Amino acid sequence: MEMIPLPQISVGAIAPELTLVAAAMIILMLEVFTISKGRDNLAYVALAAVGVAGYLVIESLGSPMTTFSKMYVVDDFSGFIKLVCLLGAGMTILMSVKYTRDEGIDGGEYYSLLLFATTGMFFMVSGADLITIFLGLETMSISLYALAGYARGRLASNEASIKYFILGALSSAFMLYGMSMIYGAAGVTNLHEIARIIGQNKENIHLVMLGGGLVLIGFAFKISAVPFHMWTPDVYQGAPTPITAFMSAGPKAAAFAAFIRVFSDALISLQYQWWIIVWILAVLTMTVGNLIALSQENIKRMFAYSSIAHAGYILVGFTAGGKLGESAMLFYLLIYTFMNIGAFAIVAIVGQQGEERTSVSDFAGLGYRHPLLGLAMVALLFSLAGIPPTAGFWGKYYLFTAALDQGYVWLAILAALNSVIAVFYYLRVIVVMYMREEKGESLPQNAFPASIVVVILVAIYGSVLLGITPGGYLALAASSSLAH
Amino acid sequence: MMMNNYLMLSAALFVIGAVGVMIRRNVIVVMMCIELMLNAANLSFITFANYRHDMTGHAFVFMVIAVAAAEAAVGLAVVLAMFRNRETVDVDEMNSMKG
Repeated sequence: MEMIPLPQISVGAIAPELTLVAAAMIILMLEVFTISKGRDNLAYVALAAVGVAGYLVIESLGSPMTTFSKMYVVDDFSGFIKLVCLLGAGMTILMSVKYTRDEGIDGGEYYSLLLFATTGMFFMVSGADLITIFLGLETMSISLYALAGYARGRLASNEASIKYFILGALSSAFMLYGMSMIYGAAGVTNLHEIARIIGQNKENIHLVMLGGGLVLIGFAFKISAVPFHMWTPDVYQGAPTPITAFMSAGPKAAAFAAFIRVFSDALISLQYQWWIIVWILAVLTMTVGNLIALSQENIKRMFAYSSIAHAGYILVGFTAGGKLGESAMLFYLLIYTFMNIGAFAIVAIVGQQGEERTSVSDFAGLGYRHPLLGLAMVALLFSLAGIPPTAGFWGKYYLFTAALDQGYVWLAILAALNSVIAVFYYLRVIVVMYMREEKGESLPQNAFPASIVVVILVAIYGSVLLGITPGGYLALAASSSLAH
Repeated sequence: MMMNNYLMLSAALFVIGAVGVMIRRNVIVVMMCIELMLNAANLSFITFANYRHDMTGHAFVFMVIAVAAAEAAVGLAVVLAMFRNRETVDVDEMNSMKG
């Protein structure tokens, strides 16, 4: 009798994921035995897990491998995005400590869900198979639906959660249907195999195009590209601020990573069909995001539209493709995580209990009442606007030069014009902070616990200092790109 | 020939689901429509798997069934939280945020 060959399984490859899942479960257990005062400690358990996972990811850099019957790939590309996701998760956990206590929503599930969502992102970026990518995406999304509605008593949070759930599930269904067509055409779900089969055999090319289009719609929802951005402003405004910060960074980076893997690996032979669609998506996303952001009064909503615009800039790098485009995207995702989460941390501080102060006018006179906080906000806004010499400027510079390098001159011009529009609404906040009549009272002394100060300092490091010496991170991004 | 019929059925189910998500106002019905879309995709997977005599499609469907169950659980919890605050499950009344 013949022996049944066992599939090759190497648990070491998923050590970071195992760490996160184990920590998430331990936190759920610990929560039962913790009195309400000790709940802050759960945050530090989660933070420690993020740290250990980060160490394991860094250890795995430089030694690519494919395991679990070629369904799971560990390479520098996935490693880089995983580090971005962990950075986002770590900063979110730190800024949640005070927020959740103030809102009375501190609990172990909050941090477990954050870790589960991060695990989902890991499976998404490391997925070398449609099944792995779909499962990772859903693990991430389902955790995020629950997190968006975590402030159960607040109506805005309920609404955010329902809207995110309905549109997220709808986009998953589109993506799944598209995947079924790609599977139908190729007969396999492995990304490399799909690329090989549809590269050789053009018979079912229409089915692949239809499937690819549906998968593209699914990804466009997740990265909130126009015209699939409708959920973003409501969800970002209604969700608890730390969760908004989290959603704007890690999940977006993971969705972009899976997007790159599917389209520039499995569907590479259709490149001439999809680049024009991505070109149009990039231009629409940048322009609509920036124009609507101009007229926003709620600062969380303004950042939601600005995050749509930033997704548009990243799509510029995606259109360009190649090593240059991909490394520019990775670098931008890293910087964007720093500066956006930092800005949301300040929004959370100013918002105070119940998120009552989230309109732009609540920032009036902040620059005088709290000079250091004002200065930090200015630095982060300059970086988001892309004013030299901040990191945001270099990120945009590399994205746009990647587009120019591939001959997409108009795309680069439109992107540059768009970053000029963006300066207006970022500067408006600064003008309100320094030139508008002071009306609010100072923030209470306890508004600045060490945990949130650390988040802001890390954000400043990432968006200002990293801009002065971007070399090391840029080299890391370049060596991490999929294309060679 | 048989395969085409199944694929047509799957496409019809998917479209019914998608249209339902857009026009129905009750969140519970919207969730049912999403389930319909997921199952349309499942049917499509099964059809292709059967046509190709390949097990991957079947495996995918089992994964999707598990995911759909988790999704329904979280979705219903979210709807319940909403209902406690607002006493409605009408999507048209979820309009507290504008801009």
